[in-house]
Amino acid sequence: MPTVLSCDSLEKRYGATVALGGVDLEVGRGELLGLLGPNGAGKSTLTKIACGLVGATGGRAEVQGAPAGSAPARAAIGYLAELFRFPDWLTADELIALHQDLAGSDGGAVERAELLELVGLEDARAVKVGAMSKGMQQRLGIAQALVGSPRLLMLDEPTSALDPVGRRVVRDLLRELRSREVAVVLSSHLLSEVELVCDRVAILVGGRIVTRGTPAELARPRGVEVETGDGVRSFPEARRDDVPRIVAELVSSGQQVYGVSLLASTLEDAYLEAVGAA
Amino acid sequence: MSGALIVARYALREAVRRRVILEVLVLTVGFLALYALGTAVTFDEVNSLAADDQLDDRVLAGSTLFGLAMFTILFLGAVLGVFLTLGAIRGDAERGLLQPIVVRPVGRTSLLLGRYVGAGLVCVAYVTAVYVAAMVITGTTGDWWPDDPVAPGAALVLAVLVIAALSLLGSVFLSSTANGIAVFMIFGAGLAAGLLGQIGDALAVQTLEDVARVSSWVLPFEALYQAGLHALTQETGGVTGVIVRLGPFGGAQDAGPALWLWALAYLALVGAAARAAFARRDL
Repeated sequence: MPTVLSCDSLEKRYGATVALGGVDLEVGRGELLGLLGPNGAGKSTLTKIACGLVGATGGRAEVQGAPAGSAPARAAIGYLAELFRFPDWLTADELIALHQDLAGSDGGAVERAELLELVGLEDARAVKVGAMSKGMQQRLGIAQALVGSPRLLMLDEPTSALDPVGRRVVRDLLRELRSREVAVVLSSHLLSEVELVCDRVAILVGGRIVTRGTPAELARPRGVEVETGDGVRSFPEARRDDVPRIVAELVSSGQQVYGVSLLASTLEDAYLEAVGAA
Repeated sequence: MSGALIVARYALREAVRRRVILEVLVLTVGFLALYALGTAVTFDEVNSLAADDQLDDRVLAGSTLFGLAMFTILFLGAVLGVFLTLGAIRGDAERGLLQPIVVRPVGRTSLLLGRYVGAGLVCVAYVTAVYVAAMVITGTTGDWWPDDPVAPGAALVLAVLVIAALSLLGSVFLSSTANGIAVFMIFGAGLAAGLLGQIGDALAVQTLEDVARVSSWVLPFEALYQAGLHALTQETGGVTGVIVRLGPFGGAQDAGPALWLWALAYLALVGAAARAAFARRDL
């Protein structure tokens, strides 16, 4: 899979404070990476370095093979900040048009209509930003980030102001982007959202990646639960291979077995474990 | 369209949409109406005075009134230039407005240049329009016209552009409120230095003259204003010439072509400093 974002020993220091302490990371084409971590872990700093908003003090970051912050790198990126604001005097259509001009996109009215429809704002094209709810502005922000068909989308808490329906719209959108081979780095505190859509997860703590892998890799076996006539029986040390033996022993001892569940830790468990251990 | 022009167009649209220009125009019409009334009353009084061989009352009244108008135009232009630029970088970054634009491939230099061009165009149009209006009011009411009608207006335009450039430079480092306060204090300090120079000149105090000379190089908007005042009556001689060059809010002072060249170089230096600082700034 061709690499879209590559970070090699990336460092950022603010005086004595280490925001990033040597991060190695690669994101491939069409890959959806979830960036997790507590407040101050360095997620936004990493995102901003990739976008050219913050300069690294060490290491290297490249977007599509170009140094992060260079014009070719910025041309390949779409970005939605955690704390963003758009001019309240612009309409949704005008905001997208402004970013088309800034990005050098020649998509015109067709692209604007497509993007607004993609985020469910097709009826709000003439609505001024100042008259929009925070959720609408967040969806508009995602549409803005998609102007010019970027190869890498950096989203910092893109669903924080969205209701469940809005989150589902964004989830579907992210899956659609994956099918178009757009790489996405999704920085979020909403672990369930990340678990639902991301191919891989990296957990940052104190400016370092302490855990990474697919959600399935991060989820560890946590035993077996068996629903019997006397209630639920737990076997914390058991694994999938132990299930036939457990069921056979229960049946032979006169128990009636109604169901068996394989337990695995969630991403939240993995996250808490990683953050707690760091 | 180049990145700077896109940003400049955006800045101009912002000024129009936020009704900045409308508000300024309404208030300026009020100022010009007041100025027209004051000019009419003053020239009525002048016309009723007996003729003086030593002093040309009409020139004295016209140049003094128009000098006051120039000071007002400088102040209003400075207000406009500062308010259009004071939050352009750090202020907008703190509000989250800047980052989505900086990420785009237009580049930080184009963004800075575009913001300056947008604000500069508004200021140039405003200062020129109000200057011409005040000159026409003075000329038609009292039959007094500046000896050089172009240079004073050009000096005001350049002075306001210098102030706007300082404000844009300050916006890289300071939040909006702090930058606004800083630029207006610099503006006041420049004017005060001009007054000190005038006092030093009258009393032959070398220290005050030195302070004024250094200030005029460090903050050339004040020297431009004085050069503009001087151009109003540069061909007026005798007692009238001496008196009118004392001028209101800082004396008239011929600075020569070096000032104009320095002002342009100053703009370039301030722009280069802003560019270098903005290029290193984390957002």
